[in-house]
Amino acid sequence: MSREVLLLKAQLKERDEEIAALKHKLAQLEKNHNSVQELYDRVTPLTPLTAKTALSNEDIMRYSRQLLVPQLAVQGQLNLSKTSVLVVGCGGLGCPLALYLAAAGIGRLGLLDYDEVELNNLHRQVLHGEENQGQAKALSAAQALKRLNSTVECIPYHLQLSPQNALQLIQQYDIVADCSDNVPTRYLVNDACVLSGKPLVSASALRLEGQLTVYNYHGGPCYRCLYPVPPPPETVTNCSDGGVLGVVPGIMGCVQALEVLKIASGQRTSCSQKLLMFDAQDAKFRSIKLRPKKADCAVCGEEPSVTQLVDYETFCGSAASDKCRRLNLLSRDQRITVQEYKSILDKAEPHLLLDVRPLVEVDICRLPFSLNIPLSCLEERKLEDVQLLKRRIDQLRQGRSGDFQPPVYVICKLGNDSQKAVQVMEKMSGSEVDAVTVKDICGGLMAWAKTIDSTFPQY
Amino acid sequence: MAAPIAVHLEFGGGAELLFNGVKEHQVTLPGQSEPWDMKQLLVWIQQNLLKERPELFVQGQSVRPGILVLINDADWELMGELGYQLQDRDNVVFISTLHGG
Ligand SMILES: [Zn+2]
Repeated sequence: MSREVLLLKAQLKERDEEIAALKHKLAQLEKNHNSVQELYDRVTPLTPLTAKTALSNEDIMRYSRQLLVPQLAVQGQLNLSKTSVLVVGCGGLGCPLALYLAAAGIGRLGLLDYDEVELNNLHRQVLHGEENQGQAKALSAAQALKRLNSTVECIPYHLQLSPQNALQLIQQYDIVADCSDNVPTRYLVNDACVLSGKPLVSASALRLEGQLTVYNYHGGPCYRCLYPVPPPPETVTNCSDGGVLGVVPGIMGCVQALEVLKIASGQRTSCSQKLLMFDAQDAKFRSIKLRPKKADCAVCGEEPSVTQLVDYETFCGSAASDKCRRLNLLSRDQRITVQEYKSILDKAEPHLLLDVRPLVEVDICRLPFSLNIPLSCLEERKLEDVQLLKRRIDQLRQGRSGDFQPPVYVICKLGNDSQKAVQVMEKMSGSEVDAVTVKDICGGLMAWAKTIDSTFPQY
Repeated sequence: MAAPIAVHLEFGGGAELLFNGVKEHQVTLPGQSEPWDMKQLLVWIQQNLLKERPELFVQGQSVRPGILVLINDADWELMGELGYQLQDRDNVVFISTLHGG
């Protein structure tokens, strides 16, 4: 009799536990489902992160494989859970960085990006999916990270970091990761970190190369100590011009996450006063010893001249985005629109279309009747190219009066290089080649694709 | 009279694009009465390797802002910058800072 009672009691207990587990699972699912991410369009005060005193059983299960690493261990994991990290830019660097920080159990992630997801982001910005096109990158990133680890608090900011909001924002975080894509933002983030005493883990990538340094950490140098004067804007290449292999920022973002985790868990970073360079072509990492903090640094030196945030776009002479600059080198009568060029084609007016893009871009797409001479070859006056140009101009002149100046229309991707090429061609006209009338096509092939021929590829 | 010295030059971060995309150059600096320093090396590079658009590489007597110079794997600031006296088999790297992400 008593044995039967015991058995039933045991069975009941088992069922109760099962019910409790199911209820817990349901509550968890409902919580995730209902917590539709709120997108912040301005900086608001956050409640401080509360430090955990111990890991829960679920924490132990989730992080067991890294808890076993002596350099991290339980204390390191607890340290991660009370650390907040601001990710400036949810692009090629920010996506892998945030992914590994969330997976590792960082306490809070501020995810900042002013941009929306586009198809040409997806090869490197791996948190976003096809269905996220048009969505704010910050929100798309937060949603992806929540799926991975719902215990990490994600705060998506859909805004442009500016001298007006940077200090208020950065003061609320423990560590800042610079994953931005332009020079003014890099100076802005640096100065805001120095003024608020936050370590800055900074990475960058282009083409097949990456660079990483930790600034303003334990008396080490800041970005301005290394680069007191911004580079001339014409020497700066962005990813939309120079291209980038997606895995390269992927690798750099992962190394960046590693250094953030080391600082957050209570170890020291290895990259203060160091420049880690990655050459993907040769699969080579190299670490360089940098100068120490400079006594005469404008922001972190002994007598700083920068004591509050300034106008960084003016300081750098360029815009705080990686969108292409629009040059205006020519007068209106030296330029035609794509519509005007279309009607020239329709009327079959004799002319030469000169495409001055580099070969790698011509390989992607071209107008079939164009003559390709890259701007650099034109500037160099490469012999074979000049001769080719001469022949084509001669052909246009055949059977016409002596003072006929054949029209040459110059095209490139966006209408910047084509203007430079017009200036070169004007110098050549009448001396190195027969006299021609040169004009550039405003907005280039991308304007052609947008307004004239929707089947023409955009890149 | 100082003997000619062999120096290994490297360009990276896009700076190699000013040198036909060639990242590594093994060069021999001719013998001269004074030892070679970095200032003279920059002039030599401009005259012998850099054929066009020097403004993208040098500014005044030094490199343009945004190019970091490394001598034997250390920031040239630690080595005396323009005044550093080159030794035979030195490795000098010119790296353009990347900003993309
Ligand atoms: Zn500094």
